[in-house]
Amino acid sequence: MKKLFLYLLLTAVGAAMLYPLLWLVGASFKTNEEIFSSIWFMPKSFCTDSYKNAWETVTPYNMGHYFLNTFAIIIPKTVFAVASSAIVAYGFARFDFPLKKFFFALLICGMLMPSIVTIMPRYLMWSKLGLLDTYIPLTLPSLFAEEGMFVFILVQFFKGVPREFDEAARIDGCGTLKTLFYVLLPCIRPAVISIAVFTFLWTMNDFLEPLIMIQSVEKYPLSLALRLSVDSTGQGYEQRKVIAMSVIGLIPSVAVFALAQKKFVSGITAGGLTG
Amino acid sequence: MNTRKYRNPVGVSKYTGLALISPFIIGALLFIVYPFICSFVVGLTDSGRFAGFENFREMLSSKDFGQAAGVTLKYALILVPLKLIVSLLVALLLNMELKHIGIFRTAFYIPSILGANLAVIIMWQYLFTSDGLVNQLLEAVGLSPVSWYGEPNAAIFIIVLLRLWEFGSTMVIFLAALRDIPRELYDAAKVDGCGGVRAFFAVTLPQIKNVIFVNLILQTIGAMQEFNAPYMLTGGGPLGKTRTIGMLIYEEMFTYGSKGMANAVSWVLFVIIAAVVALMYKLTDKARRDA
Repeated sequence: MKKLFLYLLLTAVGAAMLYPLLWLVGASFKTNEEIFSSIWFMPKSFCTDSYKNAWETVTPYNMGHYFLNTFAIIIPKTVFAVASSAIVAYGFARFDFPLKKFFFALLICGMLMPSIVTIMPRYLMWSKLGLLDTYIPLTLPSLFAEEGMFVFILVQFFKGVPREFDEAARIDGCGTLKTLFYVLLPCIRPAVISIAVFTFLWTMNDFLEPLIMIQSVEKYPLSLALRLSVDSTGQGYEQRKVIAMSVIGLIPSVAVFALAQKKFVSGITAGGLTG
Repeated sequence: MNTRKYRNPVGVSKYTGLALISPFIIGALLFIVYPFICSFVVGLTDSGRFAGFENFREMLSSKDFGQAAGVTLKYALILVPLKLIVSLLVALLLNMELKHIGIFRTAFYIPSILGANLAVIIMWQYLFTSDGLVNQLLEAVGLSPVSWYGEPNAAIFIIVLLRLWEFGSTMVIFLAALRDIPRELYDAAKVDGCGGVRAFFAVTLPQIKNVIFVNLILQTIGAMQEFNAPYMLTGGGPLGKTRTIGMLIYEEMFTYGSKGMANAVSWVLFVIIAAVVALMYKLTDKARRDA
């Protein structure tokens, strides 16, 4: 009896939370008039031409172009973030060196530093270097373990791997980096996947950085292109198209989350953040 | 010898670790330390000329900054406690031993992966329009509809509710902490005749107090630098009632082209956040050490 009540409660809360998303997907198939006349998500009849219009966007480029732009940012960024965080975390977790405590404290301070505080000077820096309107300001910082949180998570996970693994690898003739990439990282795969997924999702959703750093429409990532379409379409006109565009824009995030879901959530819950 | 001072495996120099963390050192200098100093120095200039503390003086006496600071603090003060309570309650539910609980965990987590994704923003805008879902629900239960975007005191709740809806990441951290509590503690509590709500206050809360603190700090910092949601949902309106300090920085830079002022405001925001975090640290110091 108590269990049944719990299931009902969880289902009710879950349904209420996911209903807006369901409504959004349903609305993309509705006619413009129907969108506001009914709060029920199911369209009376499915019209799919909104998706055909949506793909063309309001710019000279179609959504495929913006997806490619987004991936041109996300792929290097994810590789950079995983590799650099792993190397730095390995250093902190397994080696002793001068000023170690100081640098670890700096890492924690960096985690607490609000990014909006440093974004204006970073903009000025990239502008001075003539690198605005390229993807370098968006991707290069990831090469330097910019997300302190990732390093922190990996350090916690490395601590759970017995040191004998390192020694065995060393005896077998593995160098420092080889030990890291061939022996230790495979041991903590859930954490590595979590980091890659976080980087992917955050970059998909990122708005402020590209808004500031990228000026030409041709180079816009998806988030800015969608925003431009909303602004130029305006409310009350072709809502179906805007909604369909945003639904298409959600697909990569949801797909990546669905694929990595199991490892991803266990990666976060397995103690990385609670230490 | 130095090798003795630093405990490393045989044949590993004390510089190996430094070499490994060198990307972080370079990154911290380039993207944290330098911008931090730079924003203060640029904050002392006006149109490229040194102006001393003129920007700071002007900011602190301006109505815009005062209002934005008020909005930012009010937003954090409403959102952070709500989000912590909701995510802890849901984490407690999800920590029960039930079959298929993983499905619910995933469902509750999904909104938080979407952040300020434009699809979410568009959806949220439709929810709160005058004849949107929220108002239709209000009318269905007999309440009068609210003009969410026009009412000066209502608009901030559009943003609060969006971020509250995305409580998943906070919840997952709580959930991990709850899992780490040894079962024996609850068994012992039961033997002492305390169960349910009393066990929550006697066992659960003291065990997860550090994690509550971590979530409190992370959420406070996140809330105080809010930019995306108000920028896209309300544009700061009505009457600047949702214009956060984050938005003010952006507007000073890109709407008014005032480099000096934008950087000065950035720096003051940092000082405010640091002060708030330090205050929280101080206030919770005793509670975190006791028990």
